[in-house]
This record gives sequence, C-alpha cells and structure tokens, in this order.
Amino acid sequence: MSDGLVLENVRITDGGATLIEVDCTVAPGEVLTIMGPSGVGKSTLLSFVTGTLDRVFRATGRVLLDGEDITGRPPHLRQVGILYQDDILFPHMSVGQNLAFGMAPGGNRADRRARIAQALSEIGLKGFEGRDPATLSGGQAARVQLLRVLLSEPKALLLDEAFSRLDTSRRAQIRELVFDMARARDLPVLMVTHDEDDARAAGGPVILLGE
Amino acid sequence: MLRHVPLLTLVVMLGPVVAGLWGTVLPAFGHLPGAGLTGPSLVAMRDLLDWPGLRQAVGLSVVPGLQATVLSLAIVVLVTAGWSGTRAFGVLQRLLAPILSVPHAAAAFGLAFLIAPSGWISRLFSPWLTGWGRPPDLLVLQDPAGLAMTLGLVAKEVPFLLLMTLAALGQVRQEQRLKTARTLGYDRVTGWLKTVFPAVYRQIRLPVYVVLAYSMSVVDVAMILGPTRPPSLSVQIVKWMGDPDLSLRLTAAAGAMLQLGLVVFALLLWRAGEALVARLGSRWIETGQRHFLDRQMRRAGIGLGTLAAGVVMLAMAGLLVWSFAGFWSFPAVLPDSFGLRSWTRHGPGTITALGETFLVAGLATVIALALVLGCLEAEQRTGRTITTRGLWLLYLPLLVPQTAFLPGLQILLLQAGADVGRLPVVFAHLVFVLPYVFLSLGDPWRAWDQRNAVVAATLGASPGRIFWRVRMPMLLRPILTAFAVGMAVSVGQYLPTLLIGGGRVATLTTEAVALASGGDRRAIGVYGIMQTLAALLPFALAIIVPTLVWRNRRGLHV
Repeated sequence: MSDGLVLENVRITDGGATLIEVDCTVAPGEVLTIMGPSGVGKSTLLSFVTGTLDRVFRATGRVLLDGEDITGRPPHLRQVGILYQDDILFPHMSVGQNLAFGMAPGGNRADRRARIAQALSEIGLKGFEGRDPATLSGGQAARVQLLRVLLSEPKALLLDEAFSRLDTSRRAQIRELVFDMARARDLPVLMVTHDEDDARAAGGPVILLGE
Repeated sequence: MLRHVPLLTLVVMLGPVVAGLWGTVLPAFGHLPGAGLTGPSLVAMRDLLDWPGLRQAVGLSVVPGLQATVLSLAIVVLVTAGWSGTRAFGVLQRLLAPILSVPHAAAAFGLAFLIAPSGWISRLFSPWLTGWGRPPDLLVLQDPAGLAMTLGLVAKEVPFLLLMTLAALGQVRQEQRLKTARTLGYDRVTGWLKTVFPAVYRQIRLPVYVVLAYSMSVVDVAMILGPTRPPSLSVQIVKWMGDPDLSLRLTAAAGAMLQLGLVVFALLLWRAGEALVARLGSRWIETGQRHFLDRQMRRAGIGLGTLAAGVVMLAMAGLLVWSFAGFWSFPAVLPDSFGLRSWTRHGPGTITALGETFLVAGLATVIALALVLGCLEAEQRTGRTITTRGLWLLYLPLLVPQTAFLPGLQILLLQAGADVGRLPVVFAHLVFVLPYVFLSLGDPWRAWDQRNAVVAATLGASPGRIFWRVRMPMLLRPILTAFAVGMAVSVGQYLPTLLIGGGRVATLTTEAVALASGGDRRAIGVYGIMQTLAALLPFALAIIVPTLVWRNRRGLHV
C-alpha cells in the first residue's frame, strides 16, 4: 500500500479520440506538475480526480488515494481539495462562514470559531471573519481559499492554474505559502499550469503534455 | 425521489391538457351521459355548423390572431433592429418587466378607457379639434373587425416577444454579427435583418407560436374589447359552456375541436409563411443591397415601440384616475372631482378577491417552483440537459388553446364526480404557471458557475448541502423572479379559474372581467388596479428581498 495520490493508467477520451493519458504517482509532500498549453485536457484530468467529469467524456483507469481506490466515490467523499485560478469564495457567506463551511465537522461553536480566528491570524488576516469576500484583494482571497481547503482536512490537493490570475509580485508569495503549507501537512499536490515559473517553483517532477 | 421529478412534472403539466382534449372529443361527437345524451353522433357538429354566427366567429379568431402576431413581431423586430444597444432601447428594456406583469384583462380595460368614444384620446382632442360636445356615436370598442381587440393583444404581446428576443440576442452574439455587417458597409437595420434576425428568429420561434395560439383563442381580452354579436369563437365556446341548457355543452365541445383545428391550421400557415420569408430573405441577402429605408424603419421602430409601451402605461393611468374619479363630464380631460367613494364601495370586495387570488397563485407557484427546482437539480445530478424535444413539451400547454381543452377538463371533472373548486383551479393554473417558471429559472440556473459546486463538494459538502447552502442562496434573486413570474401568470388567468372553478372561485381577474358588461368604469378601475398590483407586488419583492438579505454581500449585487 503506497501513500499519496496515484493516477493509474488514466485515459480520458472525447468521442473516441484520446484527450489525455496519464500514469503517475504523487508522493506525500511532493508537488507533481502537469504542464501544457490550454486545451490539452489538464483541467479535465483534475475533474476526473475530483469526480466531477463531464458526461461527454469517457474515462478509464483508477485513482488511488493513500492506497484506497476512490475512482467510484462521489466527489464529497473523496477528500481531495481543489484551488482554481478564479476566486470561488461563496459570495453569500462571510469569510468566516466560508471557512466554517469547509472545516471538517466536529467541535462546538466556540471551539470552531477559535480555530478559524487562529488560522486567519496565521496567514496574516487576523480579524477578517466578518468580511464580505467581495471586498478582499486578489491575494487575500487566494489565502482565504487556501485556508478553507486546508481546514477541510483533505488528503490531496489539486491546483488548477491556481496562480495565473495573481499579479507577479503576489504570485510567488502565494505560491510559496501554498507549497509550504501543503508540505507541512504532507499532502500530495497535483498542479496543472501553463506557466514554467510555477513548475520551477514546485521543484517536483514535471509531466509535459501536448508537445 | 429526485429522479422521478421530471416525469412527475410532465404529468402535472401535460396530464390536464391531454385529459381535457379527451374530454372534449367525446361530447363533440354527441356523447355526454351526464346530460342523458349518448353518441356517437354528429348532432353537436351539426348544431355548430348551423349556428348563424359561425363564419364571423371563426374570422374573429383567425384574423385578429394573425394580425396581432404579425404586428407584434414586426414592432419587436423594427425596434430591436434599429435601436438595440442605444440609450432609448435601454429605457424600453427597463419598462419591460412592469408592463409585462400587467394582467391582460387590466390592460384591455385600460385600453378601452383610452380609445372609447368617451375615452381619454377623444377627450384630449375635444372639443377644440373635433368639435364634439358629447361622446360621438362611433363603434370604436367592440368593433366588428376586432381591431380594438388586436390592439389590446399587440400592446401585451410586444413586451413578451421583446423579452424573449432580448434573451436570444445574448446567445447569438448580435454585437459581433452587426459589427461585421456594418464594416461591410451595411446600414444598421438592413445589416441586422440580414445577419442577426435569422438566428434570433430561430430562438424565438416557439414564443411566436405561443403568441399566435394565444391571440387566436384569448377570452378575457376578447370579452372586453372584441365584438359581441357574434363574438369570437372562443368567447362563444365559454358562453355555451355557461348555458343552463346542458345540450349546449356538446356544441361547446364541437366548437373547442374547431378552435383547436383553427390554431393548428394557423400554425401551419405561419410555418409556410416562415419558409416564404426565408426564401425571399435569402434572395435579398444575395443582392448585396446595403441600404433600405434605414431612417424610416428606425423611426417606425422607436415610434411603434414607444407607442406600445406608452399605451399600456396610459391605460394603467386611466384605470387609476377612474378609480378615484367623482363626477367626470365630457370632454373634460380630468374628473371634476376626486374621491375615495369607489374605493370604499369596492375595496372590501377586492380584498376578499385578492385573498383568493393570492391563495390560488401562491399554491400553484410554490408547487411549480418545487417541481422546477427538482427538475433542474435532477438535470444537474444526472448531467442530462433538456433537449429540443423537451423544450417543445414545455411549450405545449401554451400552444394548445385554452378553450380547446379546459371545457373538456371541466366536463371530465364533473363526470368523475370530482368537485370543481379551489384545488382543481390550482392544478389548472399549474399547467400554465409551470412552463413560465421553468423558462424563467432555467437560464440563470444553468449559467451558475459550476465550480462553486465542485469546490463545495471537494470541501465535503453532500449534493443536498450544496443545493440548500450554496446554490439556492446564490440564486435567490432569479428564484424569486421566477416565483414572481409564476404569480403574475396565475393572477392573470381567467378561463381556468372560471371553468374549473365552476364560478365559485372568485379571483380579481374573474371579478374584473365580470364587470365588463356592466360598464361601471369606477368599479372596473378599482378592480383593474388591484389586479395589476397583485401581479406587480411579487416582482417588487423579488427586487427588494435579495437586496435586503444580501445588503452586506457585494458579490451578489446586480
């Protein structure tokens, strides 16, 4: 039984034509980068891992997480977190509610609130619980999203062009934060990107697609 | 459970239509055991054919129906071709929702107050221009050609078609098409007609058919603005249905079959017309002609569009003024005195009717909304979206004329010993409320960013939790708008309330239309205003509630 995220002979087809084919293992604490131009099915691959693949596609192969086959599981029981390039904070919840929504169940109200306050101050957003997500800067929103996904205690993290909307100065900073926090939790990270800087910064293996 | 909602919805929506048509066929062939009549026989058909008013009644179904549809479509096309994207068009767009929610009957009454010999227009030009010291003896209302009726229909169908066109414009990327045509040297209107219209028409074809079927078989507008001796076929069917002589139900059923045949015939005729226009249009495109009466058509577009919107607004003003009018002599433009007498006299009655109206509308709309949300969520979870054929099913209850299946439905209900009354009325309203709620909510529901659901799911939220905690709150505004649309549709229903309610369910609409023959303008004013308010109030709430609930959430402001 191997720990980490394993994509075993995964092949996604679109009406008979093969869109993407991957066979790889992401060890705990490692960042595997899948690089390629847009349109080669990188995001489609991630939706296969989260269990939200569009019906028009057909997929074969298995996804294993810490030795367990999660290929047939519904998305909410997979414990795979994802970060997108756009701000997908729920606009009707405050920052604190967003985090509470994501936080794994358990603990009483005061306890959960304390954990959220603690987590926010750790990433430099002390006292942001009551804020409207729409009023956050791009960098702040990215940090809140990272925090939300980590509080849900996933066993793997997916990054879907997660940094491409941030300006260059923020970008490196947020990237380091994500990698550091994932490594600290020993999470396998699967990143798709078209940006070489992202791949270099990840420091892990790189799979090139669409050459 | 959720898996079965789409099927349940279809049954609830189409069941009454199919049952009603079935219930019409038997009596149309002389079979009505309840009245001691057994068939099959051609008695009913013969009675119908022997009715001396038949020819005119048929003409009053076909001609105003086609006229109203052609005119409404022409106005919408001209104003959109010449003005979409301009500031003037934006103003019309903003007036659209309130005008659309004005019930047909209220608009028809208001129009009658406007164009009658003693109406506002005549007062405005008298006596200084016309020399009239008293209302002229002209048959403007209820004219034998059905022109007033056509006008009333156009005023209400233009906003409906315009709304449908606006939705279509976004999907066909009008900007790009028009810009291309313009850079090739085409005038605005010519370029729009040649590059945008074909694509837009494909999108609004079904709504156009709905307008045609509706205009041909409308009852309340025809009772208020249409001729009486003989009236249009649909009005006559309702008269026969209400006659104490039960054998006339057979004639009504035969008439209902004829009405259905007429609508089918007119739809086929319209299709042939579509083919013809398409051919002529292709030929016109090939000529490469770039300029064709551009200025004139733009002027006509904005003129007619403004007129259509203005008429409804003036009509509403007319109802309002009459409801507060004391003595009002001709040709004074405003009443000699204002007062609350009409409101104190009729107000309590309208409140009772308002309660019944909201009860029926609320029940029908809540059921409709639950079913539609169930369908959309089932669609989401199975990944199967509605097909073109599904869309036709959705439009079917709107394409089958009300007078073709509601009489049969009433006959069936009575035969089955089921009581007519409030609950059957709710389900009859549901037939018409459901499609509109679906059409209103479908697009915003599908346009919602799916990644919200993915993120929520990867955070461990179950499908149910995603639906209640993420999707519903984020779509609160379109959901409430769909609710308001459903309420407005139900508030405006006349025939289902009358026939299926057996005269015992008194809503604002049935009460108002019942006042038509009496001609008490002050009472009509009060009921018309209340009817309009009943339809408008849910829209106002749909705007206010999300603004209040999400006042601290900038991401959800529009």
